[in-house]
Amino acid sequence: MATWKKLIVPIAVTPILLLLAYGFKTNPREVPSPLIGRTAPPFALSRFDGGTTGLEQLRGKAVVLNFWASWCFPACFEEAPALEAAWRAYKDRGVMVIGVDIQDREADAKAFVERFNLSFPNGQDPQGKISIDYGVYGVPETFFINREGKIHYKHVGALTKQMLQGKIEEML
Amino acid sequence: MRRTLLSLLIVGVVGLWLRPAVGVGLEEQTQLLAAELRCPVCQNLSVGDSPSEMANQMRELVREKLKNGESPEQIRAYFVSRYGEWILLAPIRQGFNWVAWLLPFGAILGGVGVIGFVVRRSVSKSRAPREAQLPPLDPRYASRLQAELKEWGQ
Repeated sequence: MATWKKLIVPIAVTPILLLLAYGFKTNPREVPSPLIGRTAPPFALSRFDGGTTGLEQLRGKAVVLNFWASWCFPACFEEAPALEAAWRAYKDRGVMVIGVDIQDREADAKAFVERFNLSFPNGQDPQGKISIDYGVYGVPETFFINREGKIHYKHVGALTKQMLQGKIEEML
Repeated sequence: MRRTLLSLLIVGVVGLWLRPAVGVGLEEQTQLLAAELRCPVCQNLSVGDSPSEMANQMRELVREKLKNGESPEQIRAYFVSRYGEWILLAPIRQGFNWVAWLLPFGAILGGVGVIGFVVRRSVSKSRAPREAQLPPLDPRYASRLQAELKEWGQ
């Protein structure tokens, strides 16, 4: 068989294999958010303590908006103490930490808040409107909203104390 | 026959592409739109098919937006603005995305072309004179063949 005939199939198939190889390397969970750099969508969160927290009230503050669930183990369990520590360290420096509980039962969510002694505002998003508005597709996800109300950064997965500190300092 | 089949194929493809929504109720419209959105949790399922709570909430939001008078285009644009193009199960027809739309047709046409080429080549080979492929006649049988052919001729 002529050389060119032997090479036809490998030459035709190689670009497709390269495309597939590239596709398999990408992580389907690492979806870039189109909201980065854009104005954070407004929300009104009904807190577990009975009050309401709206994003408009927080203009001028740097906001750490954390989406979580009581069944989200181990990631949400790992980051809860770090979030509480960040709140205590930065609340007097114009930083607000807010927790939004999604796809959860109220009793389980409240038990989670009590277990980790979370003193920053937490509430439920029962119809998922806030989470959909922020393009959330899993928990935990955390949005860092700067003082101008723009989304500075989105983190997917558990946050560490160092990450929190780093991202909050960037916004101050 | 070929023209009829081709016409039917074109009509079918164009018909699917246009997909008129005239006279479709709210539930049907919700289902149609939900079928176009990818479930963020069960990513290989549509929002219409996924049993996840997130998909359920997204379906409710679609229904609410349709009730409030938003068009399907506006609702699609909303989800894309929140999740990115990835939220649509079918890629938007622009730029590099055209590869996803056209490659299957290209592959089918290419495959048909290869099959046609192979079939035509094997047919033309079978029609080619056989004498060139036959081994030379053994001289011991040449005279006997001539005699028997003469006998048959009588």
